[in-house]
Amino acid sequence: MSKIGKEKLKEIYIIMLRIRAFEERAIVEYHKGIPGFIHSSIGEEAIPAAVGAFLRGDDYLLTTHRGHGDIIAKGARFDKMMAELFAKETGYCKGRGGSMHIVATDRNMLGATAIVGAGLPIASGVALGCKMQKLDRVTVCFFGDGATCTGAFHEALCFASVWDLPVVFVCANNLYSLSTPQKVYTKLEHISDRAKAYGIPGVTVDGNDVAAVAEVASEAIERARKGGGPTFIEGMTYRIYGHHMGDPGTSYRTKEEVEDWKKKDPIARLQSRLLKAKVITKSDIEEIQADVNRELDEAVKFAAESPEPKIEDALSGIYYTAR
Amino acid sequence: MKELTYREALREALREEMKRDESVFLLGEDIAEYGSSYKVPQGLVDEFGHERVRNTPLAEAGIIGATLGAALVGMRPVAEIMYIDFSPIAMDQIFNQIAKFRYMTGGTVKVPLVIRTQGGGGVSAGLHHSQSLEALYTHMPGLMVVMPSIPYDAKGLLKSSIREDNPVMFIEHKGLYGQSGMIPEEEYLVPLGKAEVKCEGKDITVVAYSKSLVLALQAAETLEKEGISLEVVDPRTLLPLDEDTILDSVKKTSRLMVVHEACKTGGFGGEVAAIVAEKAIDYLDAPIKRVTALDSPIPFNPRLEDYIIPNEGDIIAGARELMGKEVSAR
Repeated sequence: MSKIGKEKLKEIYIIMLRIRAFEERAIVEYHKGIPGFIHSSIGEEAIPAAVGAFLRGDDYLLTTHRGHGDIIAKGARFDKMMAELFAKETGYCKGRGGSMHIVATDRNMLGATAIVGAGLPIASGVALGCKMQKLDRVTVCFFGDGATCTGAFHEALCFASVWDLPVVFVCANNLYSLSTPQKVYTKLEHISDRAKAYGIPGVTVDGNDVAAVAEVASEAIERARKGGGPTFIEGMTYRIYGHHMGDPGTSYRTKEEVEDWKKKDPIARLQSRLLKAKVITKSDIEEIQADVNRELDEAVKFAAESPEPKIEDALSGIYYTAR
Repeated sequence: MKELTYREALREALREEMKRDESVFLLGEDIAEYGSSYKVPQGLVDEFGHERVRNTPLAEAGIIGATLGAALVGMRPVAEIMYIDFSPIAMDQIFNQIAKFRYMTGGTVKVPLVIRTQGGGGVSAGLHHSQSLEALYTHMPGLMVVMPSIPYDAKGLLKSSIREDNPVMFIEHKGLYGQSGMIPEEEYLVPLGKAEVKCEGKDITVVAYSKSLVLALQAAETLEKEGISLEVVDPRTLLPLDEDTILDSVKKTSRLMVVHEACKTGGFGGEVAAIVAEKAIDYLDAPIKRVTALDSPIPFNPRLEDYIIPNEGDIIAGARELMGKEVSAR
C-alpha cells in the first residue's frame, strides 16, 4: 500500500475513529450544558493519529486549545478527559483546566495551551531537558497555521535548530487563523518554507492522507531520536466545524468549500483503502466503533457522576508546599 | 566569615548549587565567556562548560519557554534575563505558562525554576534599562518573587530559590552588585518567605527591599542622631510576603513607611499599606507613608533621574513628616 505497513495503517485508523467519536460526543455533551468552549478538530484527525502512532509512551507531546485529537493520539484516557470537560475533580486537571488546558502526565502529554504559539518554546525546553539527561525521547509540538506568525514560533525554532533538539513541530494547516485565510497573513504558499530560515528540514504534506503524514512523521521522529535535530511538518487539512462550537464557520468560508473538504474526509479515505485492501472488514469496523462508543458511554457516565472540586480546595495546587 | 560583594555572593550561590545538583544549569544571553552585563555568572563556563552555562539566542520568550520545558522534565534551570526591562518580552511564558502550570495540572506537577534578572536605576541607563517592575510579578499567583538587598541574603536566597519547587522571579539590583558584606565560610541558606528586621527601632516601621533597604539603613543612622528611631524591615521575599513580621513591627512602632524604587501607583508599597490597614489600623498613630519613585518613566538625564528615584533624603523627610516634624515633598 505504501511504505507504511498495513497493520500500522489500521492502528492509525483506529486512533482516528477514537478521536472522531470523542469529538462528536464532546459536541453532544457541550450542547447538553458542559461549561466553557469546545474547539472541535473534526476533519483534522489524520495528522495527530499518524504522528501519534510513531511515538513511544515516554515521548512528550504539547498541543493547543484544539487539542483533543492530539491528546487522544498520545493515548490519554477518555474518562479523565471527559471528566475534565465536565469540570470535575476526577478530570486530568481536577477540573481546573478544561478542554483547552488538558495535561495528561500519565501519557507524558505536557499540556494544551490556549495562547496560540506558546507551546513551541516550551516544547524546545522539554526537548532540551531530554537531551541534557541523555534520554532518547522525542517531543512533538502540535499547533495551527496561525501560530506560525507569532514571535514564540520563531524563538522556539531558533532554539531547537541551533541546539539540534529532538523535537518535531507539527503544524495542522487548516487554512484559517480563526477566520483569517492564509493569504491574508503570509505571502508563503507553503508555510513549511519557513523551516529554511532555521536550517532545518521542512515539508508540506496532504494532512488528510494518513500514509503521507505517517511517512514524514516517522522519518522526522526517527531523525530527532537519533540526534538529527528538529523537523517542521505542515499538514494541509480542514476544520469542518467553526472555530469553536459557538461559531458556525460560515461568515468567512463558503458552503461549497466546506462540502468539498467533507469529501476529502481523512477517515473515509483511509477506510475505503483499508476495505479495498482487505486489511479490515465492515464487521471489524462495526466492532471497533461499538467498543469506542461503549468506552465513551462509560466516560460520560464517569464524568457526569464524578464530584465537582470542593470550594475549600479552590486555592490548592497554586504552589507546591513541602513547607 | 569572609567579605564578598553582592555579585560574588550570587556567583558563589550558583557555583555551589551547580556542584551540588547536576540538574541545575544556567541559560541566558551572553552568560558564558562574556559573563553577562553585570558579570554574575562570569567564569562559571570554565568550571561547568557550555552544556550547563548555555548562551542562548537573543530571544526572551524562547529562553523562558525553554526554562519551563526543561523544568517539567527533571531539570532545575536558572534562566537569566539580562535586564528586567526585557522580561515583558517573555511575559506570556511567565504569566500564562509558568505561573499557571501547576494549577493547570490540578496541583500535580512541580515547576522548579528560577528566573534571575536585575532592575533599578541610578546609572543613566535610560528608559529601557532602569525600571523596577517587581509589582508586575507580585500580581501573579503561582510565582514567588525574591529581592535580596545585601550579599548575605543574595547568596542564601538564591540557593534556596534554586532548591525551591516553585517558580521564582529572583530580582537583583544593578546598584548593589559592587556592595560588600560579610558571608560565612560554611554553607547556609536563607529561607524564602521570611522577612528580617535589619535594624531595630521604636518610632517608625520602614518596610524596604533591594537597594531601598540600604538607603533606609543609612537614613536610620542619620535619624538616630536627631532622636527618630527607625525599625527597618526587609521582606526579602515579596511573594509570598511575611506579613507577620511587618505587622508585629507596626504594632510596636505605630507608624509605617514603605520605600521602593518602583513608581507609586500600583506599586508594592500599596499592597503593604493595604495589609497594615486591614490588619493593624488600630495600632497606627499616623497616616501610612509611601516613599517611592514618582509616576514616570526613568529619564536619561542624571539630574532628572535623581529627582524621580527616591533617595536617603526622601526617607529622612518622610520620617520627619510621620513624626510631625515637617511636611515632606513626596
